Amino acid sequence: MSRFLSIELIRSCIRIATPLWIGALAGIFSERSGVVNIALEGMMLAGAFGGAVVSLCSGQAWIGVLAAIMTGIACGLFHAVVSLRCRTNQVISGVAINMLMSGLTIFLMQILFGNKAQSPTAPRVLEVTIPWFDKIPIIGRIIFEDVSPITLIGLLLVVVTHIILYYTRWGLRMRAISENPQAAIAAGVHVHKLQYLGVITSGALAGFAGSFLSIGVLDVFTKNMTAGRGFMSLAVMIFGRWKPFGSLAASLFFGYAMALQISLQEWQVPPQFVEMIPYFATLVVLAFVSGKVRPPAATGKLIDR
Amino acid sequence: MNFALEARGIKKYFGPVKANDDLDLRLQRATVHAVVGENGAGKSTLMKILYGIYQPDSGEIFVNGEPVTIGSPDVAHRLGIGMVHQHFTLVGPLSVTENVILGVEPCTRGLIDYKFAEQQVREVSNRYNLTLEPTDIVESLPVGLQQRVEIIKVLFREARIIILDEPTAALTPAETSDLFRIIRDLVADGRSVVFITHKLNEVMEIADDITVIRDGRSVGSLTKDAATEKELARLMVGRDVMFSISKPEVTAGEVVLNVDNLTSESVSGDQRIENVSFSIRAGEIFGVVGVAGNGQDALEEAVTGLRRATQGRIELMGKDITGLSTAQIRAMGVAHIPANRTATGLVMDFPLSDNGLLGHQYRSIFRNGPFINRKAVNEWINRLIKDFNIKAPSLNAPAFTLSGGNQQKLILAREMVHEPRLLLAVQPTRGVDIASIEMIHKALIEARSRGVAILLISNELDEILSLSDRIAVVYSGRIAGIGDPASFTVEEIGLMMAGAGKEVV
Ligand SMILES: Nc1ncnc2c1ncn2[C@@H]1O[C@H](COP(=O)(O)OP(=O)(O)OP(=O)(O)O)[C@@H](O)[C@H]1O
Ligand SMILES: [Mg+2]
Repeated sequence: MSRFLSIELIRSCIRIATPLWIGALAGIFSERSGVVNIALEGMMLAGAFGGAVVSLCSGQAWIGVLAAIMTGIACGLFHAVVSLRCRTNQVISGVAINMLMSGLTIFLMQILFGNKAQSPTAPRVLEVTIPWFDKIPIIGRIIFEDVSPITLIGLLLVVVTHIILYYTRWGLRMRAISENPQAAIAAGVHVHKLQYLGVITSGALAGFAGSFLSIGVLDVFTKNMTAGRGFMSLAVMIFGRWKPFGSLAASLFFGYAMALQISLQEWQVPPQFVEMIPYFATLVVLAFVSGKVRPPAATGKLIDR
Repeated sequence: MNFALEARGIKKYFGPVKANDDLDLRLQRATVHAVVGENGAGKSTLMKILYGIYQPDSGEIFVNGEPVTIGSPDVAHRLGIGMVHQHFTLVGPLSVTENVILGVEPCTRGLIDYKFAEQQVREVSNRYNLTLEPTDIVESLPVGLQQRVEIIKVLFREARIIILDEPTAALTPAETSDLFRIIRDLVADGRSVVFITHKLNEVMEIADDITVIRDGRSVGSLTKDAATEKELARLMVGRDVMFSISKPEVTAGEVVLNVDNLTSESVSGDQRIENVSFSIRAGEIFGVVGVAGNGQDALEEAVTGLRRATQGRIELMGKDITGLSTAQIRAMGVAHIPANRTATGLVMDFPLSDNGLLGHQYRSIFRNGPFINRKAVNEWINRLIKDFNIKAPSLNAPAFTLSGGNQQKLILAREMVHEPRLLLAVQPTRGVDIASIEMIHKALIEARSRGVAILLISNELDEILSLSDRIAVVYSGRIAGIGDPASFTVEEIGLMMAGAGKEVV
């Protein structure tokens, strides 16, 4: 039993889930503004790269994180302009960003470091232990002891996103836009402006999630290091019904499946079988929930004006 | 004298379509100004211009005598102009309150003050007896209540000039007189109302001034006292209009639809019918009347297979269709004119030609192996457009560019021309002009003469009474009375609709 529910396992689950739920929050901001964001994968990758490079140059991990966010914002702006102003199909724009970032990061690594596979070691965001809180039984050990600040900020962001979405003007307008933009326009909402804001915020969060990969858990950027986490974030968002807390729960589920996979590998179950677990879990879950989840009705549609 | 709102020489073309071609409108302060005209005359277009959704190609607008440019609905709000759209602009999954405050959310310290907003919504709802619960989710409400959400939206914005684009199209007579009471209160408050309708008796009841529009031009501007229904009809249509229907004798044939002890819920889950039994013969119009929300949706959805009945049997030509899919039921000769044309009747983004084809795409005449035979389809749609006098920019124009009445005619045409055995017509003349009502009623009567069995569900008591061979009054999911329409007085029917009829157990 303890193999399936040890504190170590849960800690590792949270570590794995962190970029997924932050990525899912990124997805929420975009999709709730009516714009499909397949580009999460590429935005995360760009963020991971920008974070590592700036951390390396400045010697300051947190400046690296900031740079990751800025990189994400740039990607978000690009996605917004291409899909909103140029009215390109949003999925195509997203796929283009993913391919572009995959190639561009490799190319830049070659130029900057003369190595296509991996960057030199960069300063990383160190784990912290929060005094007092770490004394709380069980919970303290799980989330307040020796934890990445990015995880803690990520948890805070879940709450903040929830508040934005359900208790602020911006949030109400986003929810309206993604369901019925014509109604929002008729109510006097500046739909276009909010869509830009949503997609750019999405980019910022995706970049932040990316920084966790390169200078949070690791201290290097390796090529295509996101390895599908952007897409998995989208699955998390869908499983979480486009809701912040739902996404957090969903990411923990996926995180658990992957943590279990890692711990089972030490347990002499055939690795090919074990590696299937997270993906298998994704499929099972999607098969069970997809009939019941209803995506925002107008997401991905062009709005005519 | 300056007017609350004045528009002069408004022109708006959509490509070759002259939606507005030199229109004038003068709205006096604290009055109700009716705007009437046929489907596609340009009424909604003018209103959307006044509300800042469209920009006019030329023309001037004055608010309280000041020239203004209304660049967006936001500007309209600031000028005190509010509008209830012909097609609802509600966000289904949001609550009543959220819909009402959208765009003008009351905030304290950056957070929306839901408590305050809900209280305000409840207050307005109570003041005008709208019976809306602020926390209800809008898409779960029946059409009549959704309309009221739109009205609260405008009131919440403290509009001084209120544009109502066909607000009564979806309302029952009782709801309409409630709305008129509200409108009178608003006018007594010093607000000015623009009121669009196709029902001339409503114009005579509520309006002070009337503007008649035909083909994008103002063809008459008169006061109520100087107008008669007949004259208005002639101005609108350009010819005399018949107001009564002549129904030929038809001997009813075999039983086409037999509903036996049916219990079912509506898809939205807020309506149900219980132990309902009736049958309809070929060549018979069976009218179902009741206040909106008393089980009509559940009945419609059960018969068309959109919802599986929980109990009882539905038979078509003696065959049990209770568990069949909508496609199977349609293939057996059931046609359906749904109550909500934008949600269930049409795919608004699809071109007219595809909308005219919907539901018939499997027919061999429209197919060319696995492909759609475009030529046959287009020929076919052109015939529909001609036969049913549908006004449309082109075959490839998306459905949302058609005026409301023309959308309705398109559905009607699509559903009627394939000679169904059973036609389920729900609110078939909602939002349709008088000339088209005349045409639709004629079409229904002709279908009846050809032996089609017709289940007519409508909130229009007049329509039900003048068309039906037999009627059923529904109240709270049960049939409160059933029989020959002549065997009831209008008062009896009214009482049964209100749940006070003698047949109610
Ligand atoms: N966005 C658009 N693009 C193209 N044509 C349009 C558009 N909107 C309206 N039209 C056309 O302009 C004309 C006027 O339409 P409008 O909706 O103003 O009519 P209406 O008087 O409100 O009719 P109804 O009583 O049926 O609602 C119609 O022929 C319609 O097809
Ligand atoms: Mg109209």
